[in-house]
Amino acid sequence: MVDTRVTLSGITLDNPVIPASGTFGYGHEFAELYDINCLGAFSFKGTTRAPRFGNPTPRIAEAPAGMLNAVGLQNPGVEKVISEELPKLREVFRKPVMANVSGFSVEEYAETCALLDKEEQVGWLEVNISCPNVHGGGMSFGADPSAAAEVTKAVKAVTRKPVFMKLSPNVTDIAAIAKACEDAGADGVSLINTLLAMRIDLKRRKPLLANRTGGLSGPAVFPVAVRMVYQVYEAVSIPIIGMGGVSSAEDVIELMLAGASAVEVGAANLTDPFAARDIIKDLPRVMEQYGIDTLSEIIGGAHNG
Amino acid sequence: MKQGLYRIESNRPLTADVWELRLAGDTSPITAPGQFVNVRIDGLYLRRPISVCDWDGDGLTLIYKVVGRGTAALARMAPGGELDLLCGLGNGFDVSKCTQRTLVIGGGVGTPPMYGLAKALLRAGKTPAAVLGFNTRDEIFYETEFRALGIETTVTTVDGSAGIKGFVTGALPEDYGYYCACGPEPMLKAVYRAARTSGLLSFEERMGCGFGACMGCSCETRYGNKRICRDGPVLEKEEIIW
Repeated sequence: MVDTRVTLSGITLDNPVIPASGTFGYGHEFAELYDINCLGAFSFKGTTRAPRFGNPTPRIAEAPAGMLNAVGLQNPGVEKVISEELPKLREVFRKPVMANVSGFSVEEYAETCALLDKEEQVGWLEVNISCPNVHGGGMSFGADPSAAAEVTKAVKAVTRKPVFMKLSPNVTDIAAIAKACEDAGADGVSLINTLLAMRIDLKRRKPLLANRTGGLSGPAVFPVAVRMVYQVYEAVSIPIIGMGGVSSAEDVIELMLAGASAVEVGAANLTDPFAARDIIKDLPRVMEQYGIDTLSEIIGGAHNG
Repeated sequence: MKQGLYRIESNRPLTADVWELRLAGDTSPITAPGQFVNVRIDGLYLRRPISVCDWDGDGLTLIYKVVGRGTAALARMAPGGELDLLCGLGNGFDVSKCTQRTLVIGGGVGTPPMYGLAKALLRAGKTPAAVLGFNTRDEIFYETEFRALGIETTVTTVDGSAGIKGFVTGALPEDYGYYCACGPEPMLKAVYRAARTSGLLSFEERMGCGFGACMGCSCETRYGNKRICRDGPVLEKEEIIW
């Protein structure tokens, strides 16, 4: 019997598989299909202080081995998430949930996190400083070490829950941003968010997405994620949640060898709603195939020697 | 919604670029006409949403227009092959809202779901009438099938090469109590403005997941934000913001 458990900031997960924010809503669409308590945890839809409709459509485009999205952080706002979504979520998910938070100012990040700090069901805060699809916010905080540190400090000051800063791959040196977050008190980092991308419609001769640019995700970005997790693991000593195109149990193990303590599954949930469940089911078999008894022991294993 | 494998029974062209695909498999997830399936296609990442034209206990019929790589790949699929579908997506048309004489209005490749709707209305003891709009004679499909249902069927073509010349809005009968429409957005908008009664309109949008998780196909309505894939594709006339 293999051991798939991992620990994130003192909370033990049955397995390292966490559906990524924005690909799993607040859980209900998937809870209708399978018992989502098989998940290690999940990161709910990116939540902001005020309700947001997001970007105009089209918001989605096809890419080779992946997809672009420019949803633009559509969400009902943190107050409604607390009053409506979390009570509904408690009925279908008994484990701690990861609260994904976005903002447009340091104050807004702190206000939203302070409200979520009071929620018992929230196990961790995942602070998105890397959304490529909104203007005047999101990624601008994640592209500069001092801005990233400022958000980290402001959030840490208002919560006792572990804080994971979600980082952008659209930077020259992701390890420097991760280090700045660690120095500012972050309990961990999540990476990678989507890669800034564009498709052009040949018939209209215009960008396909109404937002013009969008974030690339899916298997196309997986090797980028592996490289960045590997680099960040060398730069920081806080835990890393790895993500970016994960589609199989083998991908989970690869990202963990690169240095991830847990792994998020994103785009795969959208093309196959059972993807996260099936990866979890498959994990023991693949662990046995590679002679792994205790999954947590392989974290960062690719760095040895 | 259910995920399943469906066997291709036939896949044939109806016009130069519109194809009819008959699939055998579990249709229990389909609960209303106007719902759709999301089809996995080898070599493409995102599934492709296609409306259900008709279904029974053994399988379903999809009609699609070849507009890009996904639908072109679908047109190359041969009988005997299998397709992975998410089946029974979206709300579909609520037949209970339709009056005794309801117009079913289809434009181009928006026509297929209106066929399943017309059959459902007949099953419910109602007497629908169909108005089907196409650009030109060569693009007409399923006129015979609609007529075979025994319902009043009017065809329009923009160039007048068959049926009544012009758009569907120029051929709406006088006596109807409700309408249901599916077609390109300019047609829906014209019907919305021309129709005297309340109605249901089915919309198209580029989708990510097709089952409500990704917020890729959201729209604003008078009843709040809706996901075309999950809360639609059918919206009530009263909630649409134009």
